[in-house]
Amino acid sequence: MTDASLARDWRDDIFDALMEAGIKQVAYVPDAGHKKLIERAHAANEMRAVSVTTEEDAVACLAGAWLGGDKGALLMQSSGVGNTINMLSLMNTCRFPMPMFVTMRGEWGEFNSWQMPMGSTTQAHFELAGVKCYRVEHAEDVASTARAAIDQAYNGDCMTAVLLAQKLVGTKKFAVGSAGDNKQ
Amino acid sequence: MSAPEVLKKADGLIDRRVFVANLMHGRSDDLLVVAGLGSPCYDLMAAGDHPLNFYLWGAMGGAVPMAVGLAAAQPSKRVLALTGDGEVLMGLTGLATAGAEGLQNIVVIVLDNGRYGETGQQLTHTARGVDLVQTAVGLGFKSTRRVDTIEEASELRDWMRTVQGPAFAAVHISPEAAGMSLPPQDGTFLKTRFRERLGIPPR
Repeated sequence: MTDASLARDWRDDIFDALMEAGIKQVAYVPDAGHKKLIERAHAANEMRAVSVTTEEDAVACLAGAWLGGDKGALLMQSSGVGNTINMLSLMNTCRFPMPMFVTMRGEWGEFNSWQMPMGSTTQAHFELAGVKCYRVEHAEDVASTARAAIDQAYNGDCMTAVLLAQKLVGTKKFAVGSAGDNKQ
Repeated sequence: MSAPEVLKKADGLIDRRVFVANLMHGRSDDLLVVAGLGSPCYDLMAAGDHPLNFYLWGAMGGAVPMAVGLAAAQPSKRVLALTGDGEVLMGLTGLATAGAEGLQNIVVIVLDNGRYGETGQQLTHTARGVDLVQTAVGLGFKSTRRVDTIEEASELRDWMRTVQGPAFAAVHISPEAAGMSLPPQDGTFLKTRFRERLGIPPR
């Protein structure tokens, strides 16, 4: 591990916001952009990180968490948003609070065209499903936006999403013989 | 071209309503129940409404993953996902997460009639060769069983309350429809009364 990977970045700002809000369950589908945040969630004694295999299960899991008194948050990438749509009706009808953190694909600098249909319509899908969206392009805005989105979800019994722009997250590198990486 | 021939499984004999009434007999606040949409909700309601019942009127495939989040939040309680074969077949990924998470207080009971009862009794995959008990074994459930007779209901009730989870049972019920016993539909009411009963203060 290099010194650079140990340096604080905006993923730590999201982690701090989760901790301050008393988030107890972090449900996620593995994602390169959220890698450090996922690792920190697993390492924290104060929260349970739940790896799910498709995003709608994370939604249902967090409904159950709140039913049992735990605050939760969902981490995923934009391609997973399409998987959540019907399950979001559970949160909407019952007014289960749920903040979500979405790393964007299919926009700035994307190589993989198959990511574009979902990435370019993520916010529209979310808004039709009743999710309030906050898009972040700059690292310095992540901390305040994360706090605002968590607070709005839990003060308003509603769904919120922080859309972390691909320009912020970094583009995945595709090269023959490369394992691929997702860096700033 | 016609569909390939499949051997249809023989229909079960268990009366679902009688079975669930037996399963819920003498329940306490130590048991939290999430019911999958459709007939399992009606069965649970017919057995007696309770603040610690959460009835899903939609969110098909969500009963088991919802029970996972609930079981993690309430480790001192038993959490039962009571659902149907059609519902759980839409959420096999959630069943995998229940197996992988390994929570000891979660039990999944599937009322398996091999039919989609809400949509016209079309066959589900369990009538076409898919075995949910073997599936649960493969997905990491610690204890699994299949129930074929009504006489096993009281034993299953004891098992449900004491078995080390994640545990899974498939109950081979009759495909005969039992009629609708409609639970409350207001999701915010169901949520709030559940949390209130657990002693969670309003925010």
